[in-house]
Amino acid sequence: MATTALIGTAKGLFVLAGERGGTFTERGPLFAGENVDATLLDTRRDALHPTWFVASMSFHWGPTLRRSDDGGATWTEKDEAPVAFPEGAGASVARIWQLAPGPAGEPDVVYAGVEPAALFQSSDGGRSFQLVEGLWNHPHRTQWAPGGGGLCLHTILVDPRDPDALIVAISTGGVYRSDDAGATWRPSNRGIRAVFLPEPDVEFGQCVHKVGRDAADPDRFYLQHHWGVYRSDDGATTWQPHEAGLPSTFGMPIVAHPRRGGTAWLIPLQSDEYRCTPEGRCRVYRTRDAAENWEALSDGLPQSDAHVTVLRDAFTCDGGDPAGLWFGTRSGEVYASFDEGDRWELIASHLPPVLSVRATAG
Amino acid sequence: MRVVFELAGPLRQHAAGAVDVEVDVLDGASVTDALDALAKAHPAVERRIRDDEGLLRRHVNLFAGGDLVRGSEHSTVLCPGERLVVLPAVSGGGVGLS
Repeated sequence: MATTALIGTAKGLFVLAGERGGTFTERGPLFAGENVDATLLDTRRDALHPTWFVASMSFHWGPTLRRSDDGGATWTEKDEAPVAFPEGAGASVARIWQLAPGPAGEPDVVYAGVEPAALFQSSDGGRSFQLVEGLWNHPHRTQWAPGGGGLCLHTILVDPRDPDALIVAISTGGVYRSDDAGATWRPSNRGIRAVFLPEPDVEFGQCVHKVGRDAADPDRFYLQHHWGVYRSDDGATTWQPHEAGLPSTFGMPIVAHPRRGGTAWLIPLQSDEYRCTPEGRCRVYRTRDAAENWEALSDGLPQSDAHVTVLRDAFTCDGGDPAGLWFGTRSGEVYASFDEGDRWELIASHLPPVLSVRATAG
Repeated sequence: MRVVFELAGPLRQHAAGAVDVEVDVLDGASVTDALDALAKAHPAVERRIRDDEGLLRRHVNLFAGGDLVRGSEHSTVLCPGERLVVLPAVSGGGVGLS
């Protein structure tokens, strides 16, 4: 199964390509020196030849967005800022944290989540983006606060049943939901405890790290919080902790299976102060019963002196069957599993710190 | 009158490889006016110098007549033929750049 993985690092983009079970070639760095915070392999028009989007940030020259329609051979980039606040908004895009496809039936719709926390929508296949003003004008916005990585909108999920129903997540702001294509938004954080606040049961202000949607039940979500792993069964209205079997409830990424309901993966980290894999063991945790239980997966992963960190967008599923999983570490390793997590392989090492990983298989 | 932006190496790819980029501005124009003219002529360059709010990017330095003009872009009046030098700031050593 031909597989391509885009590895966004602190020093540019690396492309890993190959067949499952074979060796992978490594190309890069592309856009050397830039932080590649977000990529998207958009398969909606052509599953075998996805459109590539790469969002990066130069510490000197600011953020940008590039697109390739030929598998990374050539790139296009707008002269004007591709994702920018309109005049009068009083803000400037610092980084593009997330690129997400719109509804399956609307391949020209692409979303971007940025810092400071805001949502942008493109209706022309990612060539231009417009600020989603309903969220930007939400009265809570001025009370959102940056976490260590910045005030970012990092999760964008479109309801497969209703293209107007959107879920976004913000660190630190929490989960917000819109049912009218972004015109209005409401906080959806009930049950998520902001343990870093004197009163943890707040309407908003949670430090949600990542959210995944269940493949079989679009109203079910899995959420990795700053502390705590949660599930919602009612469209993100309420959340309940689901942490049985985890060595730590702190972590950054969470990934839901693209086709099988009840299955998801996460990578716990030891505490918000340490933020490395617990006990020096690199382990992925999987649930097959909708987060009722989590099991450790460690075959092929380093199990001693492995003090690694995996960031929120550095873990992904490639969509193959069986599902392929990929994650990159801040210490520059890339691991993959082609059997849904049972066995892992080291695919690349000695890369710059990995910030984002997206992959496709077909 | 005409003024000249002298571009740092990484910016030249966004101006067809040019080191110098000339823009036309009115007599008595400020640095801001010159940047506005640059935005029209070479938007891919200008957006790397200023952010969405029109502020000089934090790690970009702009010199007019040898003087750093950060914060005085509006008040710095240019002479005909003046050279505006764009350079990346010395900003290494932090977690982000290292």
